[in-house]
Amino acid sequence: MITELGHFALILAFLVSLVQAVVPLVGAHKRWPGWMAMAEPAATAQFALTAASFCALTYAFVVSDFSLRLVYLNSHSAKPMIYKISGVWGNHEGSMLLWVLILTLFGALAAWFGGNLPPTLRARVLAVQSSVAAAFFAFIIFTSNPFLRLGVPPFDGQDLNPLLQDPGLAFHPPFLYLGYVGLSICFSFAVAALIEGRVDAAWGRWVRPWTLVSWVFLTIGIALGSWWAYYELGWGGFWFWDPVENASFMPWLFAAALLHSAIVVEKREALKSWTVLLAILAFGFSLIGTFIVRSGLLTSVHAFANDPERGQFILMILVFFTGGALTLFAARAQAMEAKGVFGVVSRESALVLNNILLAVSSFVVFVGTMWPFVAEMLFDRKLSVGPPFFNMAFTPFMVVLGLALPLGSMLAWKRGKLSRVARDLAPAFGLALALMGLVWAMQTGRSLMGPIGVFLGTWLIAGAATDLVSRTGRNRDLSRLARLPRADWGKAVAHAGLGVTMLGIAGLMAWQEEDIRVAQLNESFEVGGFTLELLSVDRVQGPNYISTMGDVRLSKDGREIARLNPEKRNYPVAEMPTTEAAIDYRVMRDVYVVIGDPQEGGGWVMRTYIKPLANWIWAGSILMALGGTLSLSDRRYRVAAGAAKPTPATGVPAE
Amino acid sequence: MQGFRRLALAVMLAGAALPALAVNPDEVLEDPALEERARDISAGLRCLVCQNESIDESNASLARDLRLLVRERLLEGDSNEEVVDYVVDRYGEFVLLRPTTGGWNWLLWASGPLLFLIALTLAAIYLRARATGPADTGLSEDEQKRLDEILKS
Repeated sequence: MITELGHFALILAFLVSLVQAVVPLVGAHKRWPGWMAMAEPAATAQFALTAASFCALTYAFVVSDFSLRLVYLNSHSAKPMIYKISGVWGNHEGSMLLWVLILTLFGALAAWFGGNLPPTLRARVLAVQSSVAAAFFAFIIFTSNPFLRLGVPPFDGQDLNPLLQDPGLAFHPPFLYLGYVGLSICFSFAVAALIEGRVDAAWGRWVRPWTLVSWVFLTIGIALGSWWAYYELGWGGFWFWDPVENASFMPWLFAAALLHSAIVVEKREALKSWTVLLAILAFGFSLIGTFIVRSGLLTSVHAFANDPERGQFILMILVFFTGGALTLFAARAQAMEAKGVFGVVSRESALVLNNILLAVSSFVVFVGTMWPFVAEMLFDRKLSVGPPFFNMAFTPFMVVLGLALPLGSMLAWKRGKLSRVARDLAPAFGLALALMGLVWAMQTGRSLMGPIGVFLGTWLIAGAATDLVSRTGRNRDLSRLARLPRADWGKAVAHAGLGVTMLGIAGLMAWQEEDIRVAQLNESFEVGGFTLELLSVDRVQGPNYISTMGDVRLSKDGREIARLNPEKRNYPVAEMPTTEAAIDYRVMRDVYVVIGDPQEGGGWVMRTYIKPLANWIWAGSILMALGGTLSLSDRRYRVAAGAAKPTPATGVPAE
Repeated sequence: MQGFRRLALAVMLAGAALPALAVNPDEVLEDPALEERARDISAGLRCLVCQNESIDESNASLARDLRLLVRERLLEGDSNEEVVDYVVDRYGEFVLLRPTTGGWNWLLWASGPLLFLIALTLAAIYLRARATGPADTGLSEDEQKRLDEILKS
């Protein structure tokens, strides 16, 4: 019964979205206030109906209603409750329902908090948002209905893929979708502005918070996914350049570009048409990502639903919205004349460079991801494009970005002086150089990656600190730091976070140590200054798996510092083994232990890795997300965002 | 050397049914320099039955066979290139995780730098136009603010 109500609510939401996609648009065109005002209650209703539908599906998973096909395929009565719930989005149909739930949530948020938008713009934004929702409702109802029943309910379910039964991955998709789908609001704002024919500073100020929200969620989502890969896949890789990872990384790069260019629109009324284009592209790449994940076009470890029919449907959605928006853009972009005049050396130009680097690097990822497909279609070559390509083709742009960032972020608006900024940043540069020299001297005959990463990371962190200090005025009154606008803090924290992540990546990739051996019980061995000893191996019964669990003593200088329990689990229902690495997390290095098979001559295969600075990758991501959140809580977004009056939120320019 | 090959064969036969973790201790070559070369080569070869993993990372038994093959070729005295060519001859260029630059692939490799140059050129044109563009008739808000500051001091 509840399931049928959920199904019905979903269909109703689809109908509401169709109405909301048309009526306010007509109203805005004809200036009929009643028709325009319809958008707001409709957006609320759409969200409420979708939420009801989602709750109904969740309920079916919680009570293990195996008469529902989806629950049967993806759940099991013995599964822990948290994974019963996360099982709702651990499959194609349920994850699409989560996708539209978030889509309508953003639509509703735009309706609730859009009170200060001009009525025509608000009506158009909500109508465009609703048309996107309508397309996805149709997709779910016609190709991926989660509410299908089974004629004869089976006794128990087939269980969720064990790799997905993990806290990191349970929350990875919701965050990722909040980011992906959040960009739909930026898209709707862009299309509405194109219909309206008007982009001004106020528009930039409305779009930026939405971009920030999406970017923060994408950052968290990607970081969670990469952390999961690190501890779950058994050898501590954190990024694989897998098509599906790339699918989330491209929108992230575009969102990062967008949130920077929106600043230029907001403060200087320049780069308008470019910003609109970026908003379209950012969501366009979210759709491309959805297409890649769900069409089965590209092989990937994640791909859920390799169904060509679904792929075609998403391709149609993608072509209609991105193509339509780009056509509209081509027709209307000329109308948006830039106002601000600025010198070649200025913050504006620096942000243009930022946008070029982010957009081009995202494009490189895109070309690399699609190339196997292109090569097969056009040149009849079956080839692979893997991590070696991406590392070589992508990294240089990030190095340039890291080099330019501290300089660019301190340049004055309109007309800056590079020499002045260089003087301010000289200590940061010196520190970075010194640390680079130090690690260079300490490591012999290894890759350049470590020293370069250390230089970039230090340069970014020290540069962010310099930026903050420079805002305290001529006499460096540090007590003013606390009174700086939160946007300034957000900027510094996020930029420092990028530096921390770069340090982590470089450290991990350059200085990792690995040891593979057959470990005998109670025989200690040394890896990278640590002593390990396998004390015992036991069979442990888990809720829905059987585990082979090792007990490893980790000691340093004769003192025990940790007990590690690496596991090999077997999930009998899903018939799948997983490895659970045991990790001793430390600030400067992780010790990562994996247990393998028993050997005939006695002993167990054991792999031990020393992973320097590994945690810094995710600590940096958290800092980036925190920076975005700080920026989002800036006064200028809390206080009447609508008015175009200039608030002195930027503080004193560094002069 | 002969001993290794016999061992490898025995392991391949015995271990076919077991899911083994990536590189196993019994695969590791005695000569560390040779082993490091084997690891380098393995990281660039794709596991054919996996979704998107190198043979160095994969647990599949086919990946293990390929790892052993790579090591065997190295022990025979092949250079890194010869080993890779040998594998490509058998399995096609699909195994290469780092695509070649041959044929249309130059476009793949050049797309990033090319686009970067194009974008820089366009940006330069745009920035020049912005810098020398027709000045506003009135003062902008920022200019007004600055003027006020100058007048105050």
